[in-house]
Parts: sequence; C-alpha cells; structure tokens
Amino acid sequence: MRFLIYLSDFCIPLLLFYMVSYGLLAKADIYKEFTEGAKDGFRVTIGILPTLIGLMTAVGMLRASGFLELLSKLLEPVAKMLLFPAELVPLVVVKLFSSSAATGLVLDIFKEYGPDSYLGKVTSLICSSTETVFYTMSVYFMAAGVKKTRHTLAGALIATATGVAVSTILAGWL
Amino acid sequence: MLNYLWGGMILIAVIYGTVTGNVKEVGNAALDSSKEAVELCITMLGVMALWTGIMQIAEASGLTKKFIKLVRPVLRFLFPDIPEESKANDYIASNLLANILGLGWAATPVGLKAMTELQKIHLEQGGEKGVASRAMCAFLIINISSLQLIPVNIIAYRSQYGSVNPAEIVGPAIVATFISTLAAVVFIKVTGKREKRG
Repeated sequence: MRFLIYLSDFCIPLLLFYMVSYGLLAKADIYKEFTEGAKDGFRVTIGILPTLIGLMTAVGMLRASGFLELLSKLLEPVAKMLLFPAELVPLVVVKLFSSSAATGLVLDIFKEYGPDSYLGKVTSLICSSTETVFYTMSVYFMAAGVKKTRHTLAGALIATATGVAVSTILAGWL
Repeated sequence: MLNYLWGGMILIAVIYGTVTGNVKEVGNAALDSSKEAVELCITMLGVMALWTGIMQIAEASGLTKKFIKLVRPVLRFLFPDIPEESKANDYIASNLLANILGLGWAATPVGLKAMTELQKIHLEQGGEKGVASRAMCAFLIINISSLQLIPVNIIAYRSQYGSVNPAEIVGPAIVATFISTLAAVVFIKVTGKREKRG
C-alpha cells in the first residue's frame, strides 16, 4: 500500500517533468503550445457547464427531498449480500448509462460524506476505473451500423464489475 | 435516455419532497445546486486547462506519435483480425491514448472512425452486415474497461470538496483500472479462442 501512496504523490510531478523535458529536448515551442492547449481546457469545461448545472440541480433536489436516503435504505439488503455500501448502488447503476448523471451523484456523495471518507474514496476509484457501458456501446455500434453486439455486453459488464470490486477493496486499505 | 432520467429525478424530488414535508428544502436545493455547479466549474477550469496544455506539449513534441508506434504490437495481440496496413490501427491507437490520458472528448471522434474502419474490414472479410465482428467486440470491451491513468476530473472534484490530498487516489486508481482492463483482455482472449475452435 505504501507503494501506491508513493505512486500517487509522484505520478503528476513526474508526468509534468517528463512531458516538459521531452518537449524541450524536441525543441518544441512548449510555452506557446501549453497556452494553446490550455484554451482547449476552457472550451471543454465551459462545454460541460450546462450539463453539470442540470444534473447537480436534479440530484440536489433529490437529496433534499429525502429520496436518496429512502433509496439506499431500500437497496441495503441487496448491497449487504454483495458486501457493497448501499449508498453507492445508485451511482453504479447510473454510471452504466450516463457519465454526466453519475457526476451529479459523485458530487453529492463528496458533499454529504466528504471525498476523504471511505465512501468518498470508493466513489473516486469507481469513477476512475469504470465507463458508461450502455452509452458507449450505443454510440459506437450506431456508427458502424451494428445491431447484433454478440459478447460485447457480457465482456463490458465483467470489466465493470471487476473495476467496482477492486475499487471497494482498495479503498478499504487506503 | 437523459430525458427520462433527468425528468424523473426532478419530478420524484418534488413529489417525494411534498409528501415528506421537505418541499421548501427542495426549492432551496434547486437554487443552491445550480450556483454550486458554476463554482465547481471555476475550480475545474484550472485543472483542466493545465492538463490540456500539457497534452498539447506532448502532441507538439511528437510524443503522441511515438506512443502510437509503441502500441502496435499490443494491437496485433488484441486484434489479430485487423490487417497490418489498415488505418483502423492508427484510429484505435489514438483512441486508446486519449482514453489513457483522460481526454474522453478527444477519444470519441477517433473511436467512431475506428468503428467505421472495422466495419469495412469486417465486410471485406465476408462478415455478415449488422453483426459485430470479433475486433469490434474487443475494441469496445477494452474501451469500456476504462483505461484512464490519471482521473483529472475526479481530482478536481475532490479538491473542490475539501479533500486533504486530492491526488491520493491516483495510485489505487491505476491499479483498479489495470485490473479491470486485465479482466477485459482475458475475456476477449477466452471468447476468441472458443470462436476459433467452434
């Protein structure tokens, strides 16, 4: 576990060091490129703002109405059987369909329990290690005009379940 | 899909809030949350801009191209059906790279191009129209297994909500991503073998 924490601490500084020194050695105009690229970051962030407002509002309303607590209470027996925190079941289900809707739930969990709590850590890891199964499949297969997706769904769900399971275990060790 | 999901959330919140007597809180939450979304975006602007700026350096200095060459053998292992000279290889490599670096929005356009290329190869090899080829299934499963190395957005969200060490999850996240992708690769190889036999 020590190693993982070192990895966390060093990952971003090392990456920055590597990219910048590689750029310098390749004689690229790194500062100009950096500022150009940073503009893209603005465009992307502003682009997701409307979605974020819509979904954070909806999740915020659900939380205030008390419905989210009711939902986790209802899901508790199932979650207990799977040794998984009931509060996070809605997140995992929503994440299969829409990543922006899942973001709304993630932020709610961070606000409610804190990003450094056990639930906050599991949430962070699940979001980093899973993808929106149904959304990705429908967009990609539509592009190729495919209707019969064969064993794609099974494989995607196995990968997702693995990601969720590993996240839950690792967060317990952190 | 989002129409029903989003609409449902708002309707349920109002109805359930009225029943439980929390209707005033629901109204306040609507106003507060929208404000909060904007505050969050302001925090994210910094992290995202830093990230896309660094990625632009990688692109300009030729690091991206180097990587695409580097993953060639991996692609041959994962997608044995794709001919060596096909453009699909480049598209898939760029898609995987964008995913690894957490540039989801950059991954989708090349990913879709890869799918159309794979469809062409599938038909050329005498595959049935409208049915996914082995390479398509493999590409999507790998894609969905999540490849993101550094979850930039999660780090930004964590820092916004007062995490003591927002990047603390990077190491474990890499492990979780690696294991879920490993599961995907094993699945692809096992189903691939079975198909060859049958």
